[in-house]
Amino acid sequence: MLRLVNVNSYFNLVHVLKNLSLHVNKGEIVTLIGANGAGKTTTLRSISSLHPVKGGRIYFNDLDITHLRTEKLVKMGIAQVPEGRQIFWPMTVRDNLELGGYLTFKTDGKKALRAGIDRMYELFPILRERKRQYAGTLSGGEQQMLAIAMALMAKPDLLLLDEPSMGLAPLIVKEIFRVILELREQIGLTVLLVEQNASSALKIADRGYVIETGKIIIEAQASALLENQEVKRAYLGRDKRKMWE
Amino acid sequence: MESGGFTDFLQFIFMGLQRGCIYALVAMGFNIIYSATGVINFAQGEFVVLGGLMMVTLTTGFGLSIVFAFLISTLFVTIIGILMERCTINPVKKPTVLRLIIITIAVSILLKGVAMIIWGKGSHYMRHFSGSDPFVIAGATILPQTLWIIGILGVIVVAFVVFFNLTMTGKSMRACAINRDAACLAGINDRNMVMLSFALSAGIGAVAGIIVTPIIQMDYARGALLGLKGFGVAVVGGLGNSLGAVIAGILVGVLEALSGGYISSHYMDAIALLILLLVLFVRPSGLFGSSEASRLKEF
Repeated sequence: MLRLVNVNSYFNLVHVLKNLSLHVNKGEIVTLIGANGAGKTTTLRSISSLHPVKGGRIYFNDLDITHLRTEKLVKMGIAQVPEGRQIFWPMTVRDNLELGGYLTFKTDGKKALRAGIDRMYELFPILRERKRQYAGTLSGGEQQMLAIAMALMAKPDLLLLDEPSMGLAPLIVKEIFRVILELREQIGLTVLLVEQNASSALKIADRGYVIETGKIIIEAQASALLENQEVKRAYLGRDKRKMWE
Repeated sequence: MESGGFTDFLQFIFMGLQRGCIYALVAMGFNIIYSATGVINFAQGEFVVLGGLMMVTLTTGFGLSIVFAFLISTLFVTIIGILMERCTINPVKKPTVLRLIIITIAVSILLKGVAMIIWGKGSHYMRHFSGSDPFVIAGATILPQTLWIIGILGVIVVAFVVFFNLTMTGKSMRACAINRDAACLAGINDRNMVMLSFALSAGIGAVAGIIVTPIIQMDYARGALLGLKGFGVAVVGGLGNSLGAVIAGILVGVLEALSGGYISSHYMDAIALLILLLVLFVRPSGLFGSSEASRLKEF
């Protein structure tokens, strides 16, 4: 469904992504794990065209989407939940959801928009209770749910999730991941999940990539990565000595 | 007519209101573009002048009715705003705020030059919308045109609140201003929103020019001072805050008129700038701006 071939990206003069290649099949949950500054977020931003790609190709359903504009990609079915819960703080929860459904509103009108919002309320009941509150006043977990709901309002086939667990309590992380699994069951959503919280991510993912300084260093089934010595040491916090004893 | 202390005071207030409403409209124009792009549009004063001059030509030159000329002049300047964005702002490869500001200065000089060629250097007169016989209230006089100005400002403020809070297009413009990336990810075309912001603020500038022309007599070079005052008001009210602009506009207008009346009319223009300086010293984010937000902005 999604295929990155030798993608290169720069921040000014810093070479961030170095010939990065990865793919996501339809219906799969794939996770990209790595340390701070490894290029995880830049990978997602490159896919959704928020960050310019210099060299390499990105394909979506075999169409070359490398240099398409972000709103085109949203229209084609790629939605991204950006890092750090980037919702519209000074607006109400309902307004936020409406904006998430901007394209639905433009193509299918008000009724479809309302139906979409109601679906999100069913998926995240807490948002219904908070619908008149300003998004900036929500708790971290609620904000993350709102951010995901906004992305889902665009009715994506592929969801790019950037660190949904950042700064959240483990219980809430669990809840969010449960919803993602549920969505895959229900509507066959495909997910590319970027995470620092490697153990949680690998538990729900089918497959995983490990990224280090802009390069993919390991690709394997999620279960295999959970057992991988190198991954255990670097990303799962197991002590070397413990592993060897 | 008797001119007691209170009557004088009331007269100055009326005069201040009239000026203040115009400043508020100009400032709102600055705010729309500022919110969408972070840019101060130095051609805002020229939008005002073009609106006024076009109105003069259509009413006295072509003999159109006021309502019709009003609509055409506003539309004309709105189109100029759109052209400005499409031809000078949109094609810029790396649109840094400073580059765009310099471009708006260039456009302002260009528009001023073109206006001078078309309308000449003289002042242009236009009759008041509905007679120039003033009403007398407690000894002070107020022109019907002043009531028009206050009324039109009111209508525009209401239209603004409705547009930015209740319509999808207005909400998506706000969304773009709040968080550009997140707005793009919702499928909003940010470049179109920038164009829309230029269209809106050109239209609002035109309205300001149209309603003020009967009182001040428009000429091609008026834009600089009007723009400067409007910019000052926008800063005093907190850049990007349109309701703040309205309150600050009226405040500055009234203070100007009072100082003109009680101190000396020579210092009237200086007063506005003095207020601007004081606000920048004491509250750099403006009277109604949030200091937290201003720390994140480029100015």
